[in-house]
Amino acid sequence: MENNPFIEEIKNRFAEKIVEVTEHNPLRITLTIDPASLTVLAGVFLSEKNFRFIIASGLHTKKGFEILYHFSNDSEGHVINVHVVLPHENPVVDSLTKLLSGAEWIEREIHELLGIEFKGHPNMVPLISEGNWPEGTYPYRKDFKS
Amino acid sequence: MSKQKIIPIGPYHPLQEEPEYFKLYCEGENVVDIEWETGYNHRGIEKLAEEKTFEQVFFLVERICGICSTSHPFAFANCMEEIGKVEIPDRAKYIRSIIGELERLHSHLLWVGLAGHFLGYDTVFMWAWKYREPVLDLFEIISGNRNSYAMFTIGGVRRDIEKSKFPKIREELEGLKKKIDLLTGAVMDDPVIHARTKGVGVMTREDIIDYAAVGPTARASGVEIDVRRDDPYAAYDLVDWKVITSPEGDVFAKAKVRLLEMYESVKIIEQCLDKMEKLEEGNIQTKVWEIPEGIGMGHAEAPRGEVFHFVKTDGSNSPVRHKIRAPSYVNIATFKKSCVGQTISDAAISLAAVDPCYCCTERMAVAYDSSTGKRILSGDELIKHSQARTRELKKNML
Repeated sequence: MENNPFIEEIKNRFAEKIVEVTEHNPLRITLTIDPASLTVLAGVFLSEKNFRFIIASGLHTKKGFEILYHFSNDSEGHVINVHVVLPHENPVVDSLTKLLSGAEWIEREIHELLGIEFKGHPNMVPLISEGNWPEGTYPYRKDFKS
Repeated sequence: MSKQKIIPIGPYHPLQEEPEYFKLYCEGENVVDIEWETGYNHRGIEKLAEEKTFEQVFFLVERICGICSTSHPFAFANCMEEIGKVEIPDRAKYIRSIIGELERLHSHLLWVGLAGHFLGYDTVFMWAWKYREPVLDLFEIISGNRNSYAMFTIGGVRRDIEKSKFPKIREELEGLKKKIDLLTGAVMDDPVIHARTKGVGVMTREDIIDYAAVGPTARASGVEIDVRRDDPYAAYDLVDWKVITSPEGDVFAKAKVRLLEMYESVKIIEQCLDKMEKLEEGNIQTKVWEIPEGIGMGHAEAPRGEVFHFVKTDGSNSPVRHKIRAPSYVNIATFKKSCVGQTISDAAISLAAVDPCYCCTERMAVAYDSSTGKRILSGDELIKHSQARTRELKKNML
């Protein structure tokens, strides 16, 4: 990890906000961060570093709800995940839509499938079910019974 | 201010090959806002993947899209090989790239045809689709199928391309080059196409970055991104080719990028064939016995842009979570920029310009009653229902 100056810089700048850094291989890195600093860090990635937002993946695990925001550094071929862990009860995280419009759909999708709230999202209506799933049913939660 | 009217396109509309509902808010002839509804095609593939073994997931993701059927197995293979730290044989790399590029050729030809059709230039439509046929024939020669080739697996490919097939592939590619010349000429030199597409549906560089758009949509606005070059996989770093971009951002630029990319695809396939001549036949797969616990992020450049797969594994033989992001998912959202301010007639080609693929964007056929929340029909019931209906129709025909 020493040979990746970008990660070193981020680690130094946001030391108290980063919980863990996992290097899967030299091109794939996961930064687990404090959810409260998500928009700050995503802002640095997008505007300072010119990273591209690929997508976010929502997961329901033993730890709670996890979201991995995948960013791509196209000039170097890196995929960097910004990882947040949210509690089982009342999972809320800040929306990234203020930073880029491209995050609007995926936040709607994650809200619909996993029931995670995105604070500050301008248009939180269902993306794929057209509102015809019963209220409070989240099919991608592990306790969902079809 | 004049009164706003809503022009609905869809959910089922002759303009579209797939169901999608667009609401165009118009003042007179001008589109002032656009809204859309999706969900008509959602099949729950991500959830289904969690119940399949890795080998089965290949066949599942191959069915996400009918046009670029290999792009999803391509990204999934990259993803799994990243988790398992698998190195694949060179011959498999070349075969993967050949399949990927043949797919790009037929997909771009399909788009050129459709774009011509939307503009009312049906000659281009008929030419492009006619010239697409030999590419599909090549797929049949290589894989036995015109579509859904089932070539990919973890560690390599499932089928070799024997030397005896090379002359036929080269001959068809040679013929195809002349046809691309003809099509490029027909599109680039036609004053009517210039008038209908230049300055229409313009996306600026900033719009592309804001919506995180990918593929030819991004490259036609001067954003030089291509996963094949930026994070090389398969044989893309072993052959010589270039990324095509154009700065204008209009529909014409998108057409230009796609047409010129076809030449690059032909170039890549020819080089792959040259290099494969020197390699031993049959060495196409590394055996992979297990996939450890971990996460993988695999991407591949599909004809429409970057396909991204995220997989979390737990050491068993099926994914714990499988997230799929098709290129149209981010490209369709750009309509808010490209269509607003256009006239209704230009909105159609602006919508078509990103080559939207709805079956990729959405991926459950389980119907719920919205008032009671009770499930009406399950997947099996829907199949039984459909079979019964077919039997009934047949009976009536006799």
